[in-house]
Amino acid sequence: MLLEVKDLHVYYGAIHALQGVSFDVKEGEIVTLIGANGAGKSTILRTISGLLRPRSGTVWFKDTNITHTPPEKIVQAGISHVPEGRKIFAPLTVRENLEMGAYLVNDKAEVQRMMERVFRSFPRLKERINQLGGTLSGGEQQMLATGRGIMNKPSLVLLDEPSMGLSPIMVEEIFRIIKEINESGTSILLVEQNAQMALSIAHRAYVLETGNITMSGTAQEIADNPRVKEAYLGV
Amino acid sequence: MDFLPTVLSLVKIVVVIAYLYGLLWVLGVRVGKKITIGKQSFDISILVNALGALVAFFVVQLALTDFNGFSLLNAFDAGLLYQACTMVMVALGLNLIYGFNGQFSLGQWGFYGIGAYAAADVTYRWTNGDSRGLVVLGSGVVIGMIILVLINKALSNLRRMPVLSSFTLYLIGALFAGFLAVNVGRWVAPFLDPYLGNALGPGPLAEGAALQVVYFLAVVFAGLFAAGISFLFGLPVLSLGSDYFGIATLGFSIVIYTLMVNSDTVLPFPEMKGGRGMIGIPKLTTWAWAFGFMLLVIIIMRNLIRSSTGRTILSVREDEIAARAMGVDVASTKLLAFVAGSLFAGLAGGVYAHYIGFLSPGAFDFLVGFNPLIIIVFGGLGSMTGTIVAAFGWIFFLEGSLRELLGKISTEAPSWRYVLYPLSLLLLMLVRPKGLLNTEWGFLKARLIPLRRTNAQQGGTNHE
Repeated sequence: MLLEVKDLHVYYGAIHALQGVSFDVKEGEIVTLIGANGAGKSTILRTISGLLRPRSGTVWFKDTNITHTPPEKIVQAGISHVPEGRKIFAPLTVRENLEMGAYLVNDKAEVQRMMERVFRSFPRLKERINQLGGTLSGGEQQMLATGRGIMNKPSLVLLDEPSMGLSPIMVEEIFRIIKEINESGTSILLVEQNAQMALSIAHRAYVLETGNITMSGTAQEIADNPRVKEAYLGV
Repeated sequence: MDFLPTVLSLVKIVVVIAYLYGLLWVLGVRVGKKITIGKQSFDISILVNALGALVAFFVVQLALTDFNGFSLLNAFDAGLLYQACTMVMVALGLNLIYGFNGQFSLGQWGFYGIGAYAAADVTYRWTNGDSRGLVVLGSGVVIGMIILVLINKALSNLRRMPVLSSFTLYLIGALFAGFLAVNVGRWVAPFLDPYLGNALGPGPLAEGAALQVVYFLAVVFAGLFAAGISFLFGLPVLSLGSDYFGIATLGFSIVIYTLMVNSDTVLPFPEMKGGRGMIGIPKLTTWAWAFGFMLLVIIIMRNLIRSSTGRTILSVREDEIAARAMGVDVASTKLLAFVAGSLFAGLAGGVYAHYIGFLSPGAFDFLVGFNPLIIIVFGGLGSMTGTIVAAFGWIFFLEGSLRELLGKISTEAPSWRYVLYPLSLLLLMLVRPKGLLNTEWGFLKARLIPLRRTNAQQGGTNHE
């Protein structure tokens, strides 16, 4: 098991945001968490990457308990978080943003190789290499954030709402690349509001409602579930 | 009224700005040729840059030199130059903390004061035959740094503690360390005093070494001392949010000011004379020292900002969450910027004390401490060039020309500068909200020389 989350309880002050969430991600999988606004999807990702501390419950990564590990150690262990709203570094150039993603990689040649790999997936970034991050379009910023996320060769990428605020064509493009990244051997935990897109590329899916996992199964099973169809797919 | 001197001093400002531009440009020249000596081959640019800095130094040195009663720049101008150099160092340090790392600090002036008093005490004692100041400060800084490095792991737990508990621990630690130091001092004094000298008579060590070496060591140790204190202070306080950090550092400035006022009663330094002001500090700062220390700070700062550590400092300002998601240790990065900024302030304090020769706590009041803050806002937050130009401009224009000009109108008129400062700041915020210069010039803009051109770099300039 690559990632295993057991009975996670997270609070924001008095608000009980996650009420005992358990799920897992296996090697080589794309797992998606779908749910409405405020269901706790981003909270789960932030807890896994150490930005939030759970009140109880554990997070296991490669059979190590990382529940109380500081974020920089978690990144080093191989989990990379592409935060919601992209959060690229606006005054840094595209190249510098990518170098920030490889901050914990000391081998310069390795950084160069990873940058080449990112440019193969996102040729658009190579054209913009010396442009400041803040001057990119929304779709390019998402590409940059995703590319930055795979710069340190993670074994698991946490993707938070990659389709947010993008045009339909750009969404297709981003999801195609997410699939490509997965096929090259990186597991992905994908959080999405665009359930249709997410289910189309995922292997397995979990449905999150107000801090609880209410359904789980293969992406096909979830997509065929009448309740999911009605609530999330709008069919 | 005779306006000729004023016109002359305005011309001086233009010359100074042009000089700075030339200096920064010359430092950034890239020749691209390599020379080989034995097996080592190195870029010739470094030689050109060093030569440029030397020329920049000698031009001013020549202008300051007295040729049979005539010199291009008089003693007043020299004073302005030294002040400008120290202001550049303080403001660059603050820009590192606030402009580049986004931590709003009002404590910079406190660290400046610490540096000034620490360095002044060392040379004051030395010129009176007492070398204990240098030995105690030097060994204290070195031992203190070794201890800090050794117990760094344990200290990092302070970050997660509530501020009040960590300060309680500090208080206990400080009392214990003080008790220990006093007793060790009492024990070793009879053995060492014959060599180091004391109040009763000078020792042989103080008569042996050259005063210039002592001055250099005093300034460096004073800077490191200020940096050490900022490390201990920043450890618990930097975990506070930016606004609260600003308030805490303001408190720090006031504590330092109060300690200076009571330095002869509360602290065991009668020679600092508390609120009456410390006199008799040897005036050792020359253009060479002021320029040298300023150049040192500029080069350290520039290389820090243009390194991968510099990128993490910027990334923490831009977005802490994203930086943490990249694996940046945000707390250590903030601490690094804070300590480096305080180091610059401490060095500047040491240089300033030996220029002015008289230290009074009034000069380190927190209200005066807003000056470097105004300078970096004026010059542009996150712009090294802007800071340097604004610091020189501030000293030469506001302290130099404007004071002269207003002084011609009446004796009270120079006080109107304090009306003109905020007005000019208001005007600047309306016209250029990002500061006077938010670009970098020459040396400060230039990137580190790449070892070899890589595919990715070539890709950036291609336009298919």
